[in-house]
Amino acid sequence: MGSSKLDPVVPHPLPSQVVKDDEPILVAAAKAGDISAFETLVGRYERKIFRLTQNITQNREDAEDAMQEAFLKAFEHLSEFQGNSRFYTWLVRIAVNQALMKLRKRRPNQVSLDEEVDTGEDTIPREVEDWGPSPEARYEQTELAGILSAVIGELDPAFRVVFQLRDIEELSTEETAEALKLSVPAVKSRLLRARLKLRQKLNRYFQRGGNS
Amino acid sequence: MKCKGLFAELADYLDELLDPALRAEIEEHLSKCKNCRIVVNTTKKTVEIFCNSEPVPLPPDTRNRLHIALEKRLRRVQA
Repeated sequence: MGSSKLDPVVPHPLPSQVVKDDEPILVAAAKAGDISAFETLVGRYERKIFRLTQNITQNREDAEDAMQEAFLKAFEHLSEFQGNSRFYTWLVRIAVNQALMKLRKRRPNQVSLDEEVDTGEDTIPREVEDWGPSPEARYEQTELAGILSAVIGELDPAFRVVFQLRDIEELSTEETAEALKLSVPAVKSRLLRARLKLRQKLNRYFQRGGNS
Repeated sequence: MKCKGLFAELADYLDELLDPALRAEIEEHLSKCKNCRIVVNTTKKTVEIFCNSEPVPLPPDTRNRLHIALEKRLRRVQA
C-alpha cells in the first residue's frame, strides 16, 4: 500500500532548526559570562545532545561524561563562536568530538573514521517486505526511542556517526564532512549504506505482521 | 535503467540532488520494479522516522549530575 507514492524525504523542522528569537541574545549574554543564559541554552539542547552522545558511544556513563564535557567546552570556548552557523550545529560538533574520544578510548582498535570502509554499493537489498504507511505508530514514544537507539547501535561507528550528524542532527553533507574530516563523497556513500542497513534492521519491527 | 543503476544514484535521489532527466529515469524504473520501490520507500521512511523522533527526557539522575557539574565548573571558569 502506498508503494507507488514517492514522497521526497522532507524533514519536519526539529526544535534545533526552529531557532528561537532569543537565541542570539542568550548566546551574547552567555559570552559576557551570564551563567543563567547559558543554562537556558543547556536546558534547550540537553536531550538532543545526550541522545547524540548515547547513540555514538553506546555506553551510558561515556554518554553522560561526553555530554557534560561538551557543554563545559562550549561555555569555555564561546568567544570562538562567531555566529556563522546555528549555535546548535556548533554545539553538535563539539559533542561529537567528545563522544568519539570516549568511543576510541573504550574501543581503540575499532574506531577509525579515516579508513576506507566497504560501503557495499553494489549490494541491492533483496528483502522486499513492505511496512505500510505509519509503522512507527505501533510503538509508543519511549519504546520507539529504544528501538531506534538499539538499531543505530548495531551499525559500525563509521556509519552511525555519519547518519547521526546528517539525518538526525540534520547537518548538511558539507558540515558533516567538515566535522568528521571526511570527503563529501565518503559522507554520501557511508550515509547511503547506513540508511540501507538501518532500513534492513528496522524490518523486524516494522514489516507487516512483524514483531509488534 | 536497471536495479543496479538505480542504487548507484540512490544517495542523490533520496536527497533530491538529481537532474530531472535522471530522476525521471529512476521513477520510471520504480514504477515497474516492486522490489526497488519497496526498498526506496522503506528507506525514505527510515530517514523520516529517525528525523522526526523526539529525544526522550534525560533520566533525572543524569540531569542532576549534569547541572551540578556545570554549576561547579562554570563558576570556576567565571572566577
